[in-house]
Amino acid sequence: MISVAPTTANAQALDLANLTEAQTALEIKDLNLYYGSKQALFDVSMKIPKGQVTAFIGPSGCGKSTLLRCINRMNDLVDICRIEGQIDLHGTNIYDRNVDVAALRRRVGMVFQRPNPFPKSIYENVVYGLRLQGIKDRRTLDEAVERSLRGAALWDEVKDRLHDNAFGLSGGQQQRLVIARAIAIEPEVLLLDEPTSALDPISTLVIEELINELKSKYTVVIVTHNMQQAARVSDQTAFMYMGELIEYADTNTLFTTPSLKKTEDYITGRYG
Amino acid sequence: MRNWFKSGAPWIWMTGGAVSISLVAVVGLLVLIAWRGLSFFWPSTVYEFDLEELNGQRHTVIGELYDSEKVSAERVLSSGVKLPEQHDEVITRYLLKTGNREYVDLDFRWIMETQIKTKTAPQDIAVFERSTNGNFYGYVEGLLEAGEAVNATDKRAELIKRMERAIALNQQADDLQHGPIGSINYELERLRLKERGLALNGELDEAAKADFEAQRQALHDDYLVLEKELFAFRDQASRDAVIVRDMDGRQVTLPMQKVLDVHFPNDMGFFAKFGHWVHQLAKFVSSDPREANTEGGVFPAIFGTVFMVMLMAVIVTPLGVVAAIYLHEYAKKGPITKMIRIAVINLAGVPSIVYGVFGLGFFVYMVGGSLDQIFYPEALPSPTFGSPGVIWSALTLAILTLPVVIVSTEEGLSRIPSSVRQGSLALGATKAETLWRIIVPMASPAIMTGLILAVARAAGEVAPLMLVGVVKMAPTLPLDGNFPYFHLERKFMHLGFHIYDVGFQSPNVEAARPLVYATAFLLVTVIIGLNMSAISIRNRLREKFRSLDQ
Repeated sequence: MISVAPTTANAQALDLANLTEAQTALEIKDLNLYYGSKQALFDVSMKIPKGQVTAFIGPSGCGKSTLLRCINRMNDLVDICRIEGQIDLHGTNIYDRNVDVAALRRRVGMVFQRPNPFPKSIYENVVYGLRLQGIKDRRTLDEAVERSLRGAALWDEVKDRLHDNAFGLSGGQQQRLVIARAIAIEPEVLLLDEPTSALDPISTLVIEELINELKSKYTVVIVTHNMQQAARVSDQTAFMYMGELIEYADTNTLFTTPSLKKTEDYITGRYG
Repeated sequence: MRNWFKSGAPWIWMTGGAVSISLVAVVGLLVLIAWRGLSFFWPSTVYEFDLEELNGQRHTVIGELYDSEKVSAERVLSSGVKLPEQHDEVITRYLLKTGNREYVDLDFRWIMETQIKTKTAPQDIAVFERSTNGNFYGYVEGLLEAGEAVNATDKRAELIKRMERAIALNQQADDLQHGPIGSINYELERLRLKERGLALNGELDEAAKADFEAQRQALHDDYLVLEKELFAFRDQASRDAVIVRDMDGRQVTLPMQKVLDVHFPNDMGFFAKFGHWVHQLAKFVSSDPREANTEGGVFPAIFGTVFMVMLMAVIVTPLGVVAAIYLHEYAKKGPITKMIRIAVINLAGVPSIVYGVFGLGFFVYMVGGSLDQIFYPEALPSPTFGSPGVIWSALTLAILTLPVVIVSTEEGLSRIPSSVRQGSLALGATKAETLWRIIVPMASPAIMTGLILAVARAAGEVAPLMLVGVVKMAPTLPLDGNFPYFHLERKFMHLGFHIYDVGFQSPNVEAARPLVYATAFLLVTVIIGLNMSAISIRNRLREKFRSLDQ
């Protein structure tokens, strides 16, 4: 059985089925997703609470990354992908026809599996999103860089070489740089797609601590196939299997007393 | 033996052998053209031969040994040359460069080994390089100043002093002619065209006419002043002359104005010769051609080649990059895109002369002709853009090299990891912003590779240029001090065409041969130089974007 750290356990677990509108960051309603003729997500519905860390777990190919990528419409880049249903971000449907996708992605930041810094200096990487918004003022940018790098727990390591190429950083530092880049534009939701799967244990630890701090300002959704990690960092956990949402509960409950057999089999390592 | 085959050693030998053969071929080519081209400028010994004809007549020949060959006596006899009774089966004959073109029929002549009585290399033979009629070989006898003999203790020093004075004066005269006087002529022509333009539009009234007349008068007055100055220079330059005794004993008076250089090759040490060689080489690279391109330098051809290639690069890079971006980023992946891509690749295989024909028909006659109709009606019927010119050459070669740039840019675009694109999109960038801020900079080394290949191809291309802009002799460069500075409609000279022209169209084959090698070597040098600079830029870019291999 996986132990759940008491710090992450919610004192009063939220009633996930009946969240008030003010508590909800994202509401996924009857989401179906098809790659060509193959269906990848089946009728997923869930509410993701604001200011908390929600983890998606499940075996490879269960659709957890696909679901995550629906939240900032990254699946639009896949030509053969078709989506039915809706996702409300703070009450507005992001799949509405009038939504500006670029603006949506400014509100929903994303960090990928492998660190993907741009071939620019550390400074330019962090301010990339701000420059896109047309911000040129030197002081605003400088402040944003310091704030974001501090937020990503990277400031002390790089403050003397902000104008060096970002590729000079280690893998863990690069991943934190990418997180700094994402929080520089102050998104409402931060999506993390297996952010530590390409990192060593020490870097993983640093990132996990960081995630804990991030939830004070952002709603964090994380995909991981490391169950210990989900148990350590998340407040809610959703277990997915074969494109379906099997069980969704607060992390403590899900890992200690899962209500479904499938969930129990997975978290006890019987398959997956 | 079987084991030796199985071990793979023969395979290594075979592949290694192929590499070494290619290397030997390339190095051999470079060494050959470099040696033949560069040794031309080395001051070779000038010999004085005492020759005896069969009838006992004796005469002297002065000249440089240019070539020698062994021929069978039979062949010599059958070509009508008489030989003494006693002769060997094989006879050596020498090709001499005797110069003095206006006094002997040919400045190159063959002499038989059997004719030679004595062969000496006297110290005081002088070689005069002249602006017309080629070299002159002989002994300096005296100097003339305004027709009066000059008494000088050191004749050589005095000669060189006076020659330098004449050269300086000539230079001033040339500067005057190409600078201010050229500008005045250019202005006069512009005035004429302006007036004619107004007349065509029916706007030429009396006041305008008077105004034009006044401007013309002003220019003409300026011209008269300059002309006076020019004639003064020319007059002063023609003051001195040198008396030279040639191989037939004639006293020839050479006006100093025509002498470009004098040296005494038999009286030079190694370092003096080396200095002369460097000087001659520098002159070859920096001066204009003379005497139907068989003498003088090739500067306009170097300039034309580099200018045209750069113009082409400026045209082809944006066009190719934008086309590649569309094909790779925006076009739907389907049979039509695939067909377009195949067509683009096949375009690279079309013979270059076909592009030349297209350039002439489309660019020169259609586009250029229309431009003339619209913008330069006052100059018609003489064409401005409607005749071959450097811009049309650059455009034709741009089309010729477009496939190379498209293909390598596309390759570069496809090598960029999709994670970087997604990273940019996830930060709220649109596709276009991602392209211009991230993708294109990261693909720039590949774009440079395309450009390098394009430049290498374009700089060596001659066939299409003969139709769309290259000429044997261009009076002016496409870049000068007269507004608008870039004269893209002008014809230009090109090293590749220069080789062809000197080698095959020259009236003086023997004199031209070393120049062919020298020019070929120069062309290779120019292309290598262009490529090297592009490669160094690319390496710098690669260093900057070396993320691709993570």
